[in-house]
Order: sequence, then C-alpha cells, then structure tokens
Amino acid sequence: MNKTLAARVQPQVKTKRRGKLSKYLYLLPAAALIIGVIGYPVARALVLSLFDYNPLGGGKTFVGFGNYAAILSDRVFRKAMGNSAFWTFGCVFLQVVFGLLGAVLLNQNFKGRGLVRGLTLIPWATPSVLAAMMWMWILDGNYGVLNDLLKKAGLIAQPVPWISQTGTAMPSLMLIDLWQGIPYFAVMLLAALQTVPGDLLEAAKLDGAGPWKAFWKVVFPLIVPTLMITTILRIVWTASYMDLMMVVTQGGPAYSTLTIPMDAYYTAYSDLKFGEATAMAGVQAILLLIVVVIYLRLMSRQGALDHGK
Amino acid sequence: MANKRIPAFRIALWALLALWLLFALGPYVWMLLTSLKTSAELFTWPVRYLPAKWTVQAYRDLVGTTDFIRFMRNSVIVAGSTMIFTLLLAVPAGFTLSRHAYRGKSVILSLLVASQFFPSILLVLALFPIMRSMGLTQNLFGLVIVYTAFVTPFTIWLIKGFFDNIPTDVDEAAKIDGCSEIRMIWHVLLPVVVPGIVAAAAYIVIYSWNEFLFAVTFASSAETNTVPVGLKTFIGDYVTRWDLLTAGGVTAAIPILVFFLIIQRRLISGLTSGAVKS
Repeated sequence: MNKTLAARVQPQVKTKRRGKLSKYLYLLPAAALIIGVIGYPVARALVLSLFDYNPLGGGKTFVGFGNYAAILSDRVFRKAMGNSAFWTFGCVFLQVVFGLLGAVLLNQNFKGRGLVRGLTLIPWATPSVLAAMMWMWILDGNYGVLNDLLKKAGLIAQPVPWISQTGTAMPSLMLIDLWQGIPYFAVMLLAALQTVPGDLLEAAKLDGAGPWKAFWKVVFPLIVPTLMITTILRIVWTASYMDLMMVVTQGGPAYSTLTIPMDAYYTAYSDLKFGEATAMAGVQAILLLIVVVIYLRLMSRQGALDHGK
Repeated sequence: MANKRIPAFRIALWALLALWLLFALGPYVWMLLTSLKTSAELFTWPVRYLPAKWTVQAYRDLVGTTDFIRFMRNSVIVAGSTMIFTLLLAVPAGFTLSRHAYRGKSVILSLLVASQFFPSILLVLALFPIMRSMGLTQNLFGLVIVYTAFVTPFTIWLIKGFFDNIPTDVDEAAKIDGCSEIRMIWHVLLPVVVPGIVAAAAYIVIYSWNEFLFAVTFASSAETNTVPVGLKTFIGDYVTRWDLLTAGGVTAAIPILVFFLIIQRRLISGLTSGAVKS
C-alpha cells in the first residue's frame, strides 16, 4: 500500500521544475518514515509468510503457500476465524445500536449537556489495560461487585465466574469493548446529527410527522453516510483489537476467546512459528483489505475524502 | 427534536442519561473506592461498598514497593518524544496536502487513512525481526519510532483538516504582501492553526500513553515498561494485586483524563470532520 504512495510521489520529484520541487520536501520525511517502518516491513513479512522460519535462531526454508495450507486446515485457527467474526460483528452491531441511541440522547436540549457529553466519552479515552483491569475486578468470580449486585437482586443464586468459563468469557470481553466503543459511535453520530438542518424538521412537523417518524424518514437518511463509514472503520479496528484478550483471558478458556490476531501472536511467540503466524496475519490483512476497499469506494463516492480543498 | 412538550419525555431522558453515566463512570468509581480500602477488605463476601477504614496504603505500597514511578517516567518520555517527532513530520505534510496541488492526492489521502487500520498484529510480526536485529527491542527509542510511524498518517489527516479550515484568501493576501512561503506559514498560518495542533498533540499523547500491544512486545523489561505494561505485571497467574492495580490505575488515569476533558471538544471536531460530510 505504501509502495503505491512512493510510486506516486517519486516520479514527479524528477520531472517538476525546481520551484515546484519544494512542495515534495514537506511530504518526504513523513513518507520516508511511514514507508520505512510500515510499508517495507509489511511487504517483507508477507514474503516471509512463504517461508518456515524463526527470527530467534535457525534458518529459513521456502515452503510456498505451505504455511497458508497448514493454518487453514488447523482446527484451532478455524475456531479463531469463527471467534473473530463473532467478536467483530457482535461488538460493532451492538455499538451501532447503542451509539445511535446515545447520539440522539446527547443531541437533546438539557442542562449540563456539555459536561454530560464529556463524561460519557471518558471510557473511550481510557487505556485498554486499565479498562480490562477495572472490568476484571467488577466481573471477578469470587469478589466481583457484579455478582454481588445480581445476587442481591435475586437474579443469581451463586457467584458466576464470568471470565473463566467458556460460555461467558467472550461476552464479557464484548461488554468491555462496548464500554469503550459506544462513546466513539455516539460522538461520531452526534456530529452528523448536528449537521441536520432544523428547518427540515420543522417542515416534517408541519406535514404532520411525529418525532419517531420524523427521525426515521428525515434525520436517519442524512446520517447514513457517517454511520456506514464509522461502522466500517470500527469493523476493521475491532477485528485487530486484541489488548482485552491479552490482558483478561489470554485466548482461553478452551480457545473460546482466541481470535485470529491472538492465534497469530501465540503461534509466533509461544510456538516460535513465525512463518505460520505471519500467514495468519496475512489472512487477517486480506480479509480486512476487502473491507477497506469497500470503505474507500464509499468515501470517494461521498466525495468526503477531499472536502474543503 | 420534540422535547419541550411532554414532561414524561424529560423524565425518560434523564433516566437514560443517568443509566449511561452510571455505566460509563461506575468502573472508575469502583476502582477509586477499591484503591482506598485496606487489602484485607478487598476480599470480603458479600462485597462491602464503602471502605470501613479509608486508607492510602495502596498508594504508599505502589510508590514504595514497585517500579510504578519508573513506568510513569517511561510513559512520559515515550509520549512526549512521540508527540514532538510526529508533529515535526505531520505539520509540514498536512500543510502541503492542504495547500499544494498533487496528482493522485486523493489516493495519498486514502492511503494515509488506510495505513492507520493495518492489522496491528501484522505490524508486530513484521517489525519484530527487524527491530531485534537493529537492537531496538527493549529500548524506549525503538518504541518511539514505531509509535511515530503509526500515528503520523492520522495526524497528517487531522492537521490537513485544520489547514483546510483557513480560507486560501489568507495565503493570497500574504503572498501579495511579498511574504515567502515559509514566512507565510510561520507568521500567518501557524498562529491560526495552533489550537488544531494542540488537539493533534493530545491525540498523539493519548495514543502513546494507552498503547499496549507494541509496548508489551517490543519493550517489556523492568527498565522499559510503560504504564500499561507495568500495570499488567501486577496481574499474576495466581495472585493479582488488586490494591496496587487499582491505585496504579487511578494514578495513570488522572493525567490522561484531565488532558482529555480539556481538549475533548476540539479533538472531536477534528476526528469527526474526516468522517462527517460537511
């Protein structure tokens, strides 16, 4: 990807007149760093995914697509693919629903609105390790406050070990991700809601539309572009997000929270199979690339990429 | 929307907002309360909500018996250096992408956004062998390089947006007055765009302060742990030091939250301007 950037920039450096040359100097240092630290290593890694190797010692053996064949027939990796899909689409779907509700709430007129907006955003700025840690303590199977509250409400008889049993481990992680992610959706959609012209709503009201109908018929269509872009960005981001698994569950119990990036991480650093691990990351990148291409198509169709200038 | 007529609507609104605030801030309140209990009191069932005896012993232990101060120092170094390097790269790039004509500019801009969403695991695996052979693992400087490369694309995007908000008439006027481009940037545009740069700086600091995956892979040693990696070391396989964790969590959260609340409005207008069609 970043190679394309280089290809776009460099031929022109030579052909343009001297006065025009300077404009590339503004871009060059940033482009060099991005290509050097992201573009080149990623390209190299994708080549190395065709080898059997371990950077901590031992040689390299060319295996072609052997690593890809190996992981795709691996039962654990297939489970990780399923977990990744559940994790990604589950988290994002619930964030869309609650984020939309949140944006509508924050768009109402009420006292202290600015303060409430700021406070609801706090989880989004919280370090992932801190979020993981706070929720681990709340969800703790022995001394967790959630179990205490549920027991007092009569909803459970015995404390539930939320993060250490297979059925509830992934939903627990999703709860933490929702805590962090709902504010993100809410603020993005709020920004879109604020661009909806007020006279449009007045017109809808004059036509006899109630608030519910006015929202779905007038407001919602106008925020759809933002909703779609935010959603796709969030899908890509959530698919790669593995901090919570690393801190809270380490992929367990019984692989129930092992997603593709987690599987790749352990394959590299526990099993020391870097070739296979990189192939897993490659599969992840290809799947995400498909999503990104759709995203870029959408963006350029909306003309949002180059707005203003 | 229609909200002034029905009092029931007001009640529902406040009930939902209260629920949301409880969900958003409850974990913080609980962490704060936990950090002020004696360690014996953490493990009682049923759970006791307020500390029977308020104490700052956990904070004393945190400073006295762990490397937490060093974690904080490492995080400050990493976040500060990343911010400076990234701004030095991103401000000129954002300026030129806003003001100069390029062939394929929209492709460059799309790539900048796309590179932000590269699977981080791929970058980790890609960079690890290279950084290892260059001696940049277990090294704060190595972490700063990775963070800078990782946040620069999005920062360029943010800063381009802030330059876009300045009408080009301003440039034209400065040029007619005989300003060179560099002087025009320095004396005319930069002062206007400073609030935007501050927002971008806040974004960079929050990112580098919070980042975990690169930090744990490239720089997890007693000397180089940043705050997130350091906190993770308090979570043991058998014993988790909840007193230290909650006290450390409160301490780590305070600077970033104060920072965030101050800068929040402008940061958000920058973040959303990319995604919301204006």
